[in-house]
Amino acid sequence: MSTDPSGVGVQDSAKLAITDKTGSHSASGFLNRGPRSDRKTVTFGDSSAVRSDWRWSLVSLVLLFFVWWATTRAWGFPSEFQIAEEANYRQIANCNCDDEFTQIVGPRSFPAPRDTWDALKELTTDGFQNISLWEHTWASLSRVLKGMFWGVTVGVPVGFAMGLSSKARGFFDTPVELFRPIPPLALIPLFILAFGIGDAPAVRLLIFASIWIMIIAARSGVQTANLSKVRAAYSLGASKTQVLKNVLLPNALPELFTGIRVALGVSWGTLVAAELVGARDGLGQMIFAARPFFRLDVIVAGIIVIAVLGVLMDILLRVLESVLIPWRGKG
Amino acid sequence: MKDLSVRNVDMVYDVPKGEDVQALKDVSFDLESGRLLTLLGPSGCGKTTLLNILAGFLAPTGGTVTLGDDVITGPSQERGMVFQQGALFEWLTVAKNIGFGPRMNRANKAETAAKTEELLDTVGLSGFGDAMVYELSGGMQQRVALARCLANDPDVILMDEPLGALDALTREKMQKLVLDLWNETGKTVILVTHSVEEALYLGDRLFVMAPRPGRIEREYDLPFAEMALTRDARELKASPEFIEKREEILSLIWEMEEEIMGRAG
Ligand SMILES: Nc1ncnc2c1ncn2[C@@H]1O[C@H](COP(=O)(O)OP(=O)(O)OP(=O)(O)O)[C@@H](O)[C@H]1O
Ligand SMILES: [Mg+2]
Repeated sequence: MSTDPSGVGVQDSAKLAITDKTGSHSASGFLNRGPRSDRKTVTFGDSSAVRSDWRWSLVSLVLLFFVWWATTRAWGFPSEFQIAEEANYRQIANCNCDDEFTQIVGPRSFPAPRDTWDALKELTTDGFQNISLWEHTWASLSRVLKGMFWGVTVGVPVGFAMGLSSKARGFFDTPVELFRPIPPLALIPLFILAFGIGDAPAVRLLIFASIWIMIIAARSGVQTANLSKVRAAYSLGASKTQVLKNVLLPNALPELFTGIRVALGVSWGTLVAAELVGARDGLGQMIFAARPFFRLDVIVAGIIVIAVLGVLMDILLRVLESVLIPWRGKG
Repeated sequence: MKDLSVRNVDMVYDVPKGEDVQALKDVSFDLESGRLLTLLGPSGCGKTTLLNILAGFLAPTGGTVTLGDDVITGPSQERGMVFQQGALFEWLTVAKNIGFGPRMNRANKAETAAKTEELLDTVGLSGFGDAMVYELSGGMQQRVALARCLANDPDVILMDEPLGALDALTREKMQKLVLDLWNETGKTVILVTHSVEEALYLGDRLFVMAPRPGRIEREYDLPFAEMALTRDARELKASPEFIEKREEILSLIWEMEEEIMGRAG
Protein backbone atom coordinates (compact mmCIF):
# COMPACT_ATOMS: atom_id res chain seq x y z
CA MET A 1 0.00 0.00 0.00
CA SER A 2 1.26 3.44 -0.65
CA THR A 3 1.86 5.80 2.19
CA ASP A 4 1.12 8.63 -0.19
CA PRO A 5 -1.69 10.50 1.55
CA SER A 6 -3.23 11.38 -1.79
CA GLY A 7 -3.89 7.68 -2.31
CA VAL A 8 -6.31 7.71 0.61
CA GLY A 9 -9.81 6.83 -0.48
CA VAL A 10 -13.16 7.55 1.10
CA GLN A 11 -13.10 4.29 2.99
CA ASP A 12 -10.08 5.53 4.95
CA SER A 13 -11.69 8.71 6.16
CA ALA A 14 -13.12 6.89 9.17
CA LYS A 15 -9.64 5.93 10.29
CA LEU A 16 -8.32 9.41 9.75
CA ALA A 17 -11.11 10.73 11.93
CA ILE A 18 -9.31 9.26 14.92
CA THR A 19 -6.23 11.36 14.33
CA ASP A 20 -8.55 14.31 13.89
CA LYS A 21 -9.16 14.36 17.63
CA THR A 22 -5.73 15.87 18.07
CA GLY A 23 -6.37 18.42 15.40
CA SER A 24 -3.19 17.38 13.66
CA HIS A 25 -5.08 16.32 10.56
CA SER A 26 -7.80 18.44 9.08
CA ALA A 27 -8.06 16.47 5.87
CA SER A 28 -11.37 14.75 6.53
CA GLY A 29 -13.54 17.62 5.33
CA PHE A 30 -11.72 17.47 2.06
CA LEU A 31 -11.96 13.69 1.94
CA ASN A 32 -15.70 13.76 2.40
CA ARG A 33 -16.02 15.31 -1.01
CA GLY A 34 -14.98 12.00 -2.55
CA PRO A 35 -11.88 10.20 -3.68
CA ARG A 36 -8.95 12.52 -4.00
CA SER A 37 -8.10 11.30 -7.46
CA ASP A 38 -11.17 13.23 -8.62
CA ARG A 39 -9.38 16.41 -7.63
CA LYS A 40 -6.14 15.55 -9.37
CA THR A 41 -5.34 17.47 -12.49
CA VAL A 42 -2.49 15.22 -13.57
CA THR A 43 -3.78 11.65 -13.89
CA PHE A 44 -2.24 10.39 -17.12
CA GLY A 45 1.01 8.82 -15.89
CA ASP A 46 0.09 8.98 -12.20
CA SER A 47 -0.42 5.32 -11.39
CA SER A 48 -1.96 6.09 -8.00
CA ALA A 49 -4.82 7.79 -9.84
CA VAL A 50 -5.58 4.64 -11.81
CA ARG A 51 -7.74 1.97 -10.24
CA SER A 52 -10.05 -0.61 -11.74
CA ASP A 53 -13.39 0.97 -12.67
CA TRP A 54 -16.00 -1.75 -12.06
CA ARG A 55 -18.38 -0.27 -14.61
CA TRP A 56 -15.86 -0.97 -17.34
CA SER A 57 -15.31 -4.48 -15.97
CA LEU A 58 -19.05 -4.98 -16.36
CA VAL A 59 -18.88 -3.68 -19.93
CA SER A 60 -16.13 -6.14 -20.84
CA LEU A 61 -18.03 -9.00 -19.20
CA VAL A 62 -21.17 -8.20 -21.18
CA LEU A 63 -19.09 -7.80 -24.33
CA LEU A 64 -17.42 -11.18 -23.87
CA PHE A 65 -20.75 -12.82 -23.33
CA PHE A 66 -22.17 -11.10 -26.39
CA VAL A 67 -19.29 -12.23 -28.59
CA TRP A 68 -19.76 -15.78 -27.33
CA TRP A 69 -23.48 -15.66 -27.98
CA ALA A 70 -23.25 -13.96 -31.39
CA THR A 71 -20.55 -16.20 -32.86
CA THR A 72 -22.05 -19.48 -31.65
CA ARG A 73 -25.52 -18.42 -32.75
CA ALA A 74 -24.23 -17.99 -36.28
CA TRP A 75 -22.44 -21.30 -36.43
CA GLY A 76 -24.61 -23.31 -34.16
CA PHE A 77 -24.04 -26.33 -31.97
CA PRO A 78 -24.24 -29.79 -33.59
CA SER A 79 -27.85 -30.64 -34.17
CA GLU A 80 -29.50 -33.88 -33.17
CA PHE A 81 -28.87 -34.94 -36.70
CA GLN A 82 -25.17 -34.27 -36.51
CA ILE A 83 -24.87 -36.21 -33.29
CA ALA A 84 -26.75 -39.16 -34.75
CA GLU A 85 -24.55 -39.00 -37.77
CA GLU A 86 -21.44 -39.09 -35.63
CA ALA A 87 -22.68 -42.07 -33.68
CA ASN A 88 -23.28 -43.75 -36.97
CA TYR A 89 -19.77 -43.11 -38.17
CA ARG A 90 -18.42 -44.31 -34.89
CA GLN A 91 -20.24 -47.59 -35.26
CA ILE A 92 -19.19 -48.06 -38.86
CA ALA A 93 -15.62 -47.22 -38.20
CA ASN A 94 -15.75 -49.13 -34.93
CA CYS A 95 -13.15 -46.75 -33.77
CA ASN A 96 -12.66 -44.63 -30.69
CA CYS A 97 -10.03 -42.53 -32.29
CA ASP A 98 -11.12 -38.89 -32.03
CA ASP A 99 -8.65 -37.56 -34.53
CA GLU A 100 -10.09 -39.68 -37.25
CA PHE A 101 -13.59 -38.58 -36.36
CA THR A 102 -12.62 -34.98 -36.40
CA GLN A 103 -11.28 -35.51 -39.86
CA ILE A 104 -14.45 -37.18 -41.06
CA VAL A 105 -17.04 -35.00 -39.40
CA GLY A 106 -15.09 -31.75 -39.31
CA PRO A 107 -14.28 -29.70 -36.24
CA ARG A 108 -17.08 -29.45 -33.70
CA SER A 109 -18.84 -26.14 -33.35
CA PHE A 110 -18.42 -24.23 -30.15
CA PRO A 111 -21.45 -24.57 -27.85
CA ALA A 112 -23.61 -21.48 -27.42
CA PRO A 113 -24.31 -20.03 -23.96
CA ARG A 114 -27.71 -21.71 -24.06
CA ASP A 115 -26.24 -25.17 -24.72
CA THR A 116 -23.67 -24.66 -22.00
CA TRP A 117 -26.38 -23.64 -19.57
CA ASP A 118 -28.34 -26.77 -20.43
CA ALA A 119 -25.25 -28.89 -19.97
CA LEU A 120 -24.66 -27.28 -16.60
CA LYS A 121 -28.22 -28.07 -15.54
CA GLU A 122 -27.84 -31.63 -16.73
CA LEU A 123 -24.57 -31.94 -14.84
CA THR A 124 -26.07 -30.73 -11.58
CA THR A 125 -29.08 -33.03 -11.83
CA ASP A 126 -28.04 -36.19 -13.67
CA GLY A 127 -24.31 -35.70 -13.65
CA PHE A 128 -21.95 -36.98 -16.28
CA GLN A 129 -21.33 -40.71 -16.49
CA ASN A 130 -23.26 -41.22 -13.27
CA ILE A 131 -21.05 -38.90 -11.31
CA SER A 132 -22.74 -35.63 -10.40
CA LEU A 133 -21.08 -32.26 -10.78
CA TRP A 134 -21.00 -31.97 -6.99
CA GLU A 135 -19.05 -35.19 -6.66
CA HIS A 136 -16.60 -34.07 -9.33
CA THR A 137 -16.22 -30.67 -7.69
CA TRP A 138 -15.77 -32.13 -4.24
CA ALA A 139 -13.23 -34.63 -5.52
CA SER A 140 -11.19 -31.79 -7.00
CA LEU A 141 -11.61 -29.44 -4.06
CA SER A 142 -10.72 -32.06 -1.48
CA ARG A 143 -7.54 -32.93 -3.38
CA VAL A 144 -6.51 -29.28 -3.45
CA LEU A 145 -7.32 -28.86 0.23
CA LYS A 146 -5.34 -31.94 1.20
CA GLY A 147 -2.39 -30.82 -0.91
CA MET A 148 -2.49 -27.32 0.53
CA PHE A 149 -2.83 -28.66 4.07
CA TRP A 150 0.39 -30.63 3.82
CA GLY A 151 2.12 -27.96 1.77
CA VAL A 152 1.42 -25.41 4.50
CA THR A 153 2.02 -27.67 7.52
CA VAL A 154 5.38 -28.82 6.25
CA GLY A 155 6.41 -25.78 4.22
CA VAL A 156 5.90 -23.09 6.85
CA PRO A 157 8.07 -24.62 9.60
CA VAL A 158 10.79 -25.42 7.06
CA GLY A 159 10.66 -21.86 5.71
CA PHE A 160 10.80 -20.46 9.24
CA ALA A 161 13.77 -22.65 10.08
CA MET A 162 15.50 -21.41 6.93
CA GLY A 163 14.88 -17.81 7.97
CA LEU A 164 16.13 -18.39 11.52
CA SER A 165 19.17 -20.62 11.33
CA SER A 166 22.18 -20.72 9.02
CA LYS A 167 22.38 -24.50 9.40
CA ALA A 168 18.76 -25.01 8.37
CA ARG A 169 19.25 -22.51 5.54
CA GLY A 170 22.24 -24.43 4.26
CA PHE A 171 20.56 -27.80 4.67
CA PHE A 172 17.28 -26.95 2.94
CA ASP A 173 18.74 -24.65 0.28
CA THR A 174 19.78 -27.68 -1.77
CA PRO A 175 16.40 -29.42 -2.09
CA VAL A 176 14.51 -26.15 -2.43
CA GLU A 177 16.70 -24.82 -5.22
CA LEU A 178 16.82 -28.23 -6.87
CA PHE A 179 13.11 -29.09 -6.85
CA ARG A 180 11.49 -25.66 -7.05
CA PRO A 181 12.18 -25.13 -10.76
CA ILE A 182 10.57 -28.47 -11.73
CA PRO A 183 7.14 -27.81 -13.23
CA PRO A 184 4.72 -30.06 -11.31
CA LEU A 185 3.14 -31.12 -14.60
CA ALA A 186 6.43 -32.71 -15.64
CA LEU A 187 6.04 -35.10 -12.72
CA ILE A 188 2.61 -36.43 -13.70
CA PRO A 189 3.88 -39.49 -15.61
CA LEU A 190 6.32 -40.31 -12.82
CA PHE A 191 3.70 -39.94 -10.08
CA ILE A 192 1.15 -42.04 -11.94
CA LEU A 193 3.66 -44.82 -12.42
CA ALA A 194 4.89 -44.56 -8.86
CA PHE A 195 1.58 -44.03 -7.03
CA GLY A 196 -1.06 -45.38 -9.43
CA ILE A 197 -4.31 -43.78 -10.49
CA GLY A 198 -6.65 -41.92 -8.18
CA ASP A 199 -6.30 -39.62 -5.19
CA ALA A 200 -2.78 -40.49 -4.11
CA PRO A 201 -0.78 -39.25 -7.10
CA ALA A 202 -2.93 -36.14 -7.46
CA VAL A 203 -2.63 -35.15 -3.78
CA ARG A 204 1.12 -35.82 -3.75
CA LEU A 205 1.52 -33.77 -6.89
CA LEU A 206 -0.33 -30.90 -5.23
CA ILE A 207 1.87 -31.11 -2.16
CA PHE A 208 4.81 -30.85 -4.50
CA ALA A 209 3.20 -27.87 -6.25
CA SER A 210 2.52 -25.91 -3.07
CA ILE A 211 5.31 -26.79 -0.68
CA TRP A 212 8.15 -24.82 -2.32
CA ILE A 213 5.96 -21.77 -2.64
CA MET A 214 5.09 -21.98 1.06
CA ILE A 215 8.71 -22.52 2.09
CA ILE A 216 9.84 -19.45 0.19
CA ALA A 217 6.92 -17.36 1.48
CA ALA A 218 7.64 -18.34 5.10
CA ARG A 219 11.36 -17.74 4.69
CA SER A 220 10.90 -14.28 3.29
CA GLY A 221 8.21 -13.58 5.89
CA VAL A 222 10.78 -14.14 8.61
CA GLN A 223 13.44 -12.19 6.76
CA THR A 224 11.28 -9.11 6.39
CA ALA A 225 10.94 -8.80 10.16
CA ASN A 226 12.16 -5.36 11.13
CA LEU A 227 15.26 -5.71 13.33
CA SER A 228 14.03 -2.93 15.61
CA LYS A 229 10.84 -4.87 16.34
CA VAL A 230 12.75 -8.02 17.19
CA ARG A 231 15.19 -6.12 19.39
CA ALA A 232 12.38 -4.20 21.05
CA ALA A 233 10.71 -7.50 21.93
CA TYR A 234 13.89 -8.88 23.53
CA SER A 235 14.33 -5.64 25.48
CA LEU A 236 10.79 -6.02 26.73
CA GLY A 237 11.68 -9.37 28.25
CA ALA A 238 10.53 -11.77 25.52
CA SER A 239 12.18 -15.17 25.19
CA LYS A 240 13.10 -16.68 21.82
CA THR A 241 9.87 -18.67 21.71
CA GLN A 242 7.90 -15.57 22.59
CA VAL A 243 9.64 -13.56 19.88
CA LEU A 244 8.79 -16.32 17.41
CA LYS A 245 5.14 -16.46 18.43
CA ASN A 246 4.50 -12.78 19.11
CA VAL A 247 6.71 -11.01 16.59
CA LEU A 248 8.00 -13.22 13.77
CA LEU A 249 4.77 -15.13 13.16
CA PRO A 250 2.37 -12.17 13.01
CA ASN A 251 4.97 -10.24 11.03
CA ALA A 252 5.12 -13.06 8.46
CA LEU A 253 1.35 -13.48 8.13
CA PRO A 254 0.94 -11.15 5.13
CA GLU A 255 3.65 -13.02 3.22
CA LEU A 256 2.21 -16.37 4.25
CA PHE A 257 -1.17 -15.32 2.94
CA THR A 258 0.29 -14.24 -0.38
CA GLY A 259 2.05 -17.61 -0.51
CA ILE A 260 -1.20 -19.45 0.14
CA ARG A 261 -2.95 -17.52 -2.61
CA VAL A 262 -0.21 -18.21 -5.13
CA ALA A 263 0.04 -21.87 -4.09
CA LEU A 264 -3.71 -22.29 -4.36
CA GLY A 265 -3.69 -20.87 -7.88
CA VAL A 266 -0.85 -23.14 -8.94
CA SER A 267 -2.49 -26.16 -7.25
CA TRP A 268 -5.79 -25.54 -8.98
CA GLY A 269 -4.08 -25.39 -12.36
CA THR A 270 -1.94 -28.44 -11.67
CA LEU A 271 -4.90 -30.40 -10.34
CA VAL A 272 -6.96 -30.18 -13.50
CA ALA A 273 -4.00 -31.38 -15.54
CA ALA A 274 -3.32 -34.19 -13.08
CA GLU A 275 -6.94 -35.30 -13.25
CA LEU A 276 -6.92 -35.28 -17.02
CA VAL A 277 -4.79 -38.35 -16.97
CA GLY A 278 -4.65 -39.77 -13.50
CA ALA A 279 -8.08 -39.83 -11.87
CA ARG A 280 -11.50 -41.52 -11.94
CA ASP A 281 -13.37 -38.39 -10.86
CA GLY A 282 -12.85 -34.69 -10.52
CA LEU A 283 -13.50 -31.75 -12.80
CA GLY A 284 -10.42 -32.33 -14.91
CA GLN A 285 -11.36 -35.96 -15.40
CA MET A 286 -14.90 -34.90 -16.30
CA ILE A 287 -13.92 -32.60 -19.14
CA PHE A 288 -11.44 -35.14 -20.41
CA ALA A 289 -14.03 -37.92 -20.34
CA ALA A 290 -16.44 -35.74 -22.30
CA ARG A 291 -14.08 -35.48 -25.26
CA PRO A 292 -14.61 -38.88 -26.92
CA PHE A 293 -18.36 -38.20 -26.82
CA PHE A 294 -18.00 -34.83 -28.52
CA ARG A 295 -19.70 -33.25 -25.51
CA LEU A 296 -18.24 -29.80 -26.07
CA ASP A 297 -21.07 -28.37 -23.99
CA VAL A 298 -19.97 -30.44 -21.01
CA ILE A 299 -16.38 -29.42 -21.60
CA VAL A 300 -17.16 -25.71 -21.71
CA ALA A 301 -19.47 -26.00 -18.69
CA GLY A 302 -16.68 -27.78 -16.83
CA ILE A 303 -14.16 -25.11 -17.77
CA ILE A 304 -16.51 -22.42 -16.53
CA VAL A 305 -17.02 -24.22 -13.22
CA ILE A 306 -13.25 -24.55 -12.82
CA ALA A 307 -12.72 -20.88 -13.59
CA VAL A 308 -15.49 -19.70 -11.28
CA LEU A 309 -14.25 -21.86 -8.42
CA GLY A 310 -10.73 -20.51 -8.89
CA VAL A 311 -11.99 -16.94 -8.73
CA LEU A 312 -14.19 -17.71 -5.72
CA MET A 313 -11.31 -19.22 -3.78
CA ASP A 314 -9.18 -16.18 -4.48
CA ILE A 315 -11.94 -13.82 -3.39
CA LEU A 316 -12.50 -15.87 -0.23
CA LEU A 317 -8.81 -15.62 0.61
CA ARG A 318 -8.78 -11.89 -0.03
CA VAL A 319 -11.74 -11.38 2.30
CA LEU A 320 -10.13 -13.61 4.90
CA GLU A 321 -6.94 -11.65 4.53
CA SER A 322 -8.55 -8.27 5.06
CA VAL A 323 -10.30 -9.63 8.16
CA LEU A 324 -7.29 -11.45 9.62
CA ILE A 325 -4.52 -9.04 8.61
CA PRO A 326 -5.98 -5.54 8.69
CA TRP A 327 -2.49 -4.14 9.29
CA ARG A 328 -1.15 -5.42 5.98
CA GLY A 329 1.17 -2.91 4.33
CA LYS A 330 0.88 -0.47 7.21
CA GLY A 331 4.01 -1.36 9.20
CA MET B 1 18.62 2.23 41.22
CA LYS B 2 21.81 1.28 39.46
CA ASP B 3 24.73 3.29 38.12
CA LEU B 4 26.03 2.66 34.65
CA SER B 5 29.73 2.19 34.08
CA VAL B 6 31.40 2.06 30.67
CA ARG B 7 35.05 0.97 30.74
CA ASN B 8 37.43 1.23 27.75
CA VAL B 9 34.85 0.15 25.24
CA ASP B 10 36.12 -0.53 21.72
CA MET B 11 33.96 -1.49 18.80
CA VAL B 12 35.47 -2.56 15.51
CA TYR B 13 33.13 -3.56 12.71
CA ASP B 14 34.45 -6.29 10.52
CA VAL B 15 33.76 -5.22 6.95
CA PRO B 16 34.09 -8.29 4.68
CA LYS B 17 35.27 -6.32 1.66
CA GLY B 18 37.24 -3.33 2.80
CA GLU B 19 38.84 -1.82 5.85
CA ASP B 20 37.56 -2.53 9.32
CA VAL B 21 35.64 0.34 10.85
CA GLN B 22 36.63 1.54 14.30
CA ALA B 23 33.20 2.75 15.40
CA LEU B 24 34.22 3.33 19.03
CA LYS B 25 37.67 3.69 20.55
CA ASP B 26 38.40 3.54 24.25
CA VAL B 27 35.12 5.01 25.42
CA SER B 28 34.82 5.28 29.19
CA PHE B 29 32.34 7.08 31.40
CA ASP B 30 30.25 6.67 34.51
CA LEU B 31 26.62 7.66 34.68
CA GLU B 32 24.95 7.87 38.07
CA SER B 33 21.43 6.59 38.19
CA GLY B 34 18.76 9.19 37.49
CA ARG B 35 20.77 11.34 35.08
CA LEU B 36 19.60 12.33 31.63
CA LEU B 37 22.50 12.02 29.23
CA THR B 38 22.27 13.29 25.68
CA LEU B 39 24.64 12.14 22.94
CA LEU B 40 25.41 14.53 20.12
CA GLY B 41 27.79 14.29 17.22
CA PRO B 42 28.21 14.15 13.47
CA SER B 43 26.85 11.23 11.51
CA GLY B 44 28.93 8.07 11.85
CA CYS B 45 30.54 8.91 15.19
CA GLY B 46 29.17 5.77 16.82
CA LYS B 47 26.13 7.00 18.74
CA THR B 48 23.87 4.17 17.61
CA THR B 49 26.70 1.70 18.13
CA LEU B 50 27.17 2.87 21.71
CA LEU B 51 23.46 2.68 22.41
CA ASN B 52 23.24 -0.82 20.93
CA ILE B 53 26.10 -1.92 23.17
CA LEU B 54 24.37 -0.46 26.23
CA ALA B 55 21.14 -2.19 25.23
CA GLY B 56 23.05 -5.44 24.87
CA PHE B 57 22.26 -5.90 21.19
CA LEU B 58 25.96 -5.77 20.31
CA ALA B 59 28.93 -7.14 22.22
CA PRO B 60 31.85 -4.67 22.19
CA THR B 61 35.14 -5.93 20.76
CA GLY B 62 36.87 -4.60 23.87
CA GLY B 63 36.06 -3.24 27.32
CA THR B 64 33.06 -3.82 29.56
CA VAL B 65 29.78 -2.20 30.42
CA THR B 66 28.19 -2.75 33.81
CA LEU B 67 24.84 -1.70 35.20
CA GLY B 68 24.95 -1.87 38.98
CA ASP B 69 26.96 -5.02 39.64
CA ASP B 70 26.01 -6.85 36.45
CA VAL B 71 28.08 -6.94 33.28
CA ILE B 72 25.86 -6.36 30.26
CA THR B 73 25.96 -9.36 27.93
CA GLY B 74 22.59 -9.22 26.19
CA PRO B 75 19.27 -7.44 26.06
CA SER B 76 17.30 -7.25 29.27
CA GLN B 77 14.17 -5.53 30.43
CA GLU B 78 16.13 -3.45 32.94
CA ARG B 79 17.32 -1.53 29.85
CA GLY B 80 14.42 -0.40 27.67
CA MET B 81 14.86 0.99 24.18
CA VAL B 82 12.84 3.54 22.22
CA PHE B 83 13.67 3.40 18.52
CA GLN B 84 13.44 6.20 16.00
CA GLN B 85 10.39 4.64 14.36
CA GLY B 86 8.84 1.44 13.09
CA ALA B 87 9.41 -0.63 16.21
CA LEU B 88 5.78 -0.80 17.31
CA PHE B 89 3.88 -4.01 16.60
CA GLU B 90 1.39 -2.98 13.94
CA TRP B 91 -0.69 -6.14 14.44
CA LEU B 92 -1.52 -5.10 18.01
CA THR B 93 -3.69 -2.33 19.37
CA VAL B 94 -2.12 0.56 21.24
CA ALA B 95 -3.05 -1.02 24.58
CA LYS B 96 -1.67 -4.41 23.57
CA ASN B 97 1.57 -2.76 22.46
CA ILE B 98 1.95 -1.06 25.82
CA GLY B 99 1.12 -4.26 27.69
CA PHE B 100 3.56 -6.34 25.61
CA GLY B 101 6.33 -6.42 28.23
CA PRO B 102 4.12 -7.41 31.16
CA ARG B 103 2.43 -10.04 28.94
CA MET B 104 5.80 -11.55 28.09
CA ASN B 105 6.45 -11.75 31.84
CA ARG B 106 3.05 -13.37 32.34
CA ALA B 107 2.00 -10.60 34.68
CA ASN B 108 -1.45 -10.47 36.19
CA LYS B 109 -3.94 -9.46 33.48
CA ALA B 110 -5.98 -7.05 35.56
CA GLU B 111 -2.84 -5.34 36.83
CA THR B 112 -1.49 -5.03 33.31
CA ALA B 113 -4.75 -3.51 32.12
CA ALA B 114 -4.71 -0.99 34.96
CA LYS B 115 -1.07 -0.12 34.32
CA THR B 116 -1.76 0.29 30.61
CA GLU B 117 -4.59 2.73 31.33
CA GLU B 118 -2.34 4.68 33.66
CA LEU B 119 0.46 4.85 31.07
CA LEU B 120 -1.94 5.89 28.33
CA ASP B 121 -2.92 8.76 30.58
CA THR B 122 0.71 9.61 31.36
CA VAL B 123 1.61 9.99 27.70
CA GLY B 124 -1.64 11.79 26.89
CA LEU B 125 -3.31 9.07 24.88
CA SER B 126 -6.29 8.15 27.08
CA GLY B 127 -9.07 6.78 24.93
CA PHE B 128 -6.72 5.52 22.22
CA GLY B 129 -6.14 2.10 23.79
CA ASP B 130 -8.24 0.27 21.22
CA ALA B 131 -6.85 2.11 18.20
CA MET B 132 -4.41 0.32 15.93
CA VAL B 133 -0.94 1.88 15.90
CA TYR B 134 -1.06 2.63 12.18
CA GLU B 135 -4.06 4.85 12.81
CA LEU B 136 -1.93 7.20 14.91
CA SER B 137 0.27 10.08 13.84
CA GLY B 138 4.06 9.82 14.17
CA GLY B 139 4.13 11.79 17.43
CA MET B 140 1.42 9.64 18.96
CA GLN B 141 3.27 6.49 17.89
CA GLN B 142 6.42 7.65 19.68
CA ARG B 143 4.36 8.27 22.81
CA VAL B 144 3.13 4.69 22.57
CA ALA B 145 6.74 3.53 22.22
CA LEU B 146 7.64 5.47 25.36
CA ALA B 147 4.72 4.03 27.26
CA ARG B 148 5.55 0.51 26.11
CA CYS B 149 9.09 0.97 27.38
CA LEU B 150 7.88 2.34 30.74
CA ALA B 151 5.44 -0.54 31.23
CA ASN B 152 8.34 -2.81 32.15
CA ASP B 153 9.72 -0.30 34.64
CA PRO B 154 13.31 -0.39 33.32
CA ASP B 155 16.23 1.16 35.22
CA VAL B 156 17.64 2.73 32.08
CA ILE B 157 15.78 4.09 29.06
CA LEU B 158 17.78 4.25 25.84
CA MET B 159 16.49 6.39 23.00
CA ASP B 160 17.99 6.56 19.51
CA GLU B 161 16.79 9.75 17.85
CA PRO B 162 13.31 9.15 19.22
CA LEU B 163 12.06 12.51 18.01
CA GLY B 164 14.04 12.65 14.78
CA ALA B 165 11.12 11.89 12.48
CA LEU B 166 8.73 14.40 14.04
CA ASP B 167 7.78 17.88 12.90
CA ALA B 168 9.10 20.83 14.89
CA LEU B 169 5.97 21.47 16.91
CA THR B 170 5.27 17.87 17.85
CA ARG B 171 8.93 17.57 18.68
CA GLU B 172 8.80 20.40 21.24
CA LYS B 173 5.78 18.84 22.93
CA MET B 174 7.53 15.48 23.05
CA GLN B 175 10.65 17.04 24.54
CA LYS B 176 8.56 18.35 27.39
CA LEU B 177 7.00 14.92 27.82
CA VAL B 178 10.43 13.27 28.02
CA LEU B 179 11.54 15.82 30.61
CA ASP B 180 8.40 15.37 32.69
CA LEU B 181 8.68 11.59 32.59
CA TRP B 182 12.34 11.74 33.53
CA ASN B 183 11.51 14.01 36.44
CA GLU B 184 8.56 11.91 37.65
CA THR B 185 10.15 8.49 37.31
CA GLY B 186 13.72 9.40 38.20
CA LYS B 187 15.00 6.90 35.66
CA THR B 188 18.35 7.04 33.92
CA VAL B 189 17.83 8.21 30.37
CA ILE B 190 20.30 8.20 27.48
CA LEU B 191 19.09 10.00 24.40
CA VAL B 192 20.75 10.32 21.00
CA THR B 193 19.91 13.36 18.94
CA HIS B 194 21.12 15.31 15.94
CA SER B 195 19.73 18.56 17.24
CA VAL B 196 22.07 20.71 19.32
CA GLU B 197 19.12 22.53 20.82
CA GLU B 198 17.46 19.28 21.85
CA ALA B 199 20.66 17.93 23.35
CA LEU B 200 21.11 21.11 25.39
CA TYR B 201 17.51 21.41 26.46
CA LEU B 202 17.01 17.79 27.52
CA GLY B 203 20.43 16.77 28.77
CA ASP B 204 21.53 17.34 32.31
CA ARG B 205 24.68 15.81 30.95
CA LEU B 206 25.88 16.05 27.36
CA PHE B 207 28.57 14.22 25.42
CA VAL B 208 29.73 15.62 22.12
CA MET B 209 31.16 12.71 20.18
CA ALA B 210 33.69 12.77 17.35
CA PRO B 211 34.12 10.27 14.52
CA ARG B 212 36.95 8.15 13.14
CA PRO B 213 37.52 6.67 15.54
CA GLY B 214 34.28 7.27 17.45
CA ARG B 215 35.02 8.83 20.85
CA ILE B 216 33.75 11.28 23.41
CA GLU B 217 35.22 14.63 22.42
CA ARG B 218 33.81 16.82 25.17
CA GLU B 219 31.53 16.57 28.19
CA TYR B 220 29.16 19.11 29.64
CA ASP B 221 27.08 19.29 32.80
CA LEU B 222 24.04 21.35 31.95
CA PRO B 223 21.50 23.26 34.01
CA PHE B 224 18.76 23.61 31.42
CA ALA B 225 16.88 20.35 31.97
CA GLU B 226 16.38 21.24 35.63
CA MET B 227 15.37 24.78 34.73
CA ALA B 228 12.93 23.54 32.10
CA LEU B 229 10.86 21.87 34.80
CA THR B 230 9.81 25.26 36.05
CA ARG B 231 10.44 27.57 33.13
CA ASP B 232 8.78 27.96 29.77
CA ALA B 233 10.57 26.11 27.00
CA ARG B 234 10.63 28.90 24.43
CA GLU B 235 11.79 31.43 26.95
CA LEU B 236 14.53 29.11 28.12
CA LYS B 237 15.73 28.35 24.63
CA ALA B 238 15.88 32.09 23.88
CA SER B 239 17.84 32.92 27.05
CA PRO B 240 21.40 34.25 26.62
CA GLU B 241 23.00 31.35 28.54
CA PHE B 242 21.26 28.82 26.35
CA ILE B 243 22.22 30.59 23.13
CA GLU B 244 25.81 30.94 24.27
CA LYS B 245 26.14 27.22 24.96
CA ARG B 246 24.39 26.41 21.70
CA GLU B 247 26.82 28.49 19.66
CA GLU B 248 29.79 27.02 21.53
CA ILE B 249 28.75 23.48 20.72
CA LEU B 250 27.77 24.33 17.16
CA SER B 251 31.20 25.78 16.46
CA LEU B 252 32.81 22.72 18.04
CA ILE B 253 30.83 20.47 15.70
CA TRP B 254 31.64 22.68 12.73
CA GLU B 255 35.33 22.39 13.56
CA MET B 256 34.97 18.63 13.57
CA GLU B 257 33.10 18.64 10.28
CA GLU B 258 35.81 20.78 8.68
CA GLU B 259 38.49 18.50 10.00
CA ILE B 260 36.67 15.51 8.50
CA MET B 261 36.27 17.25 5.16
CA GLY B 262 39.89 18.34 5.20
CA ARG B 263 41.05 14.81 5.88
CA ALA B 264 38.80 13.40 3.21
CA GLY B 265 39.77 16.01 0.58
N1 LIG C 1 26.89 -3.25 10.88
C1 LIG C 1 27.91 -2.46 10.54
N2 LIG C 1 28.91 -2.92 9.76
C2 LIG C 1 29.95 -2.16 9.42
N3 LIG C 1 30.09 -0.87 9.79
C3 LIG C 1 29.13 -0.33 10.56
C4 LIG C 1 27.99 -1.09 10.96
N4 LIG C 1 27.19 -0.30 11.72
C5 LIG C 1 27.81 0.89 11.78
N5 LIG C 1 28.97 0.90 11.10
C6 LIG C 1 29.92 2.02 10.97
O1 LIG C 1 30.27 2.43 12.26
C7 LIG C 1 30.32 3.84 12.35
C8 LIG C 1 29.39 4.32 13.42
O2 LIG C 1 28.06 4.03 13.06
P1 LIG C 1 26.81 4.45 13.93
O3 LIG C 1 25.60 3.94 13.27
O4 LIG C 1 27.02 4.04 15.33
O5 LIG C 1 26.88 6.04 13.81
P2 LIG C 1 25.84 7.13 14.34
O6 LIG C 1 26.61 8.08 15.17
O7 LIG C 1 24.68 6.49 14.96
O8 LIG C 1 25.44 7.83 13.00
P3 LIG C 1 24.07 8.55 12.63
O9 LIG C 1 24.10 9.86 13.31
O10 LIG C 1 24.14 8.69 11.15
O11 LIG C 1 22.95 7.67 13.09
C9 LIG C 1 29.98 4.36 10.97
O12 LIG C 1 31.18 4.68 10.30
C10 LIG C 1 29.30 3.20 10.29
O13 LIG C 1 29.57 3.21 8.92
MG1 LIG D 1 22.51 6.40 14.47
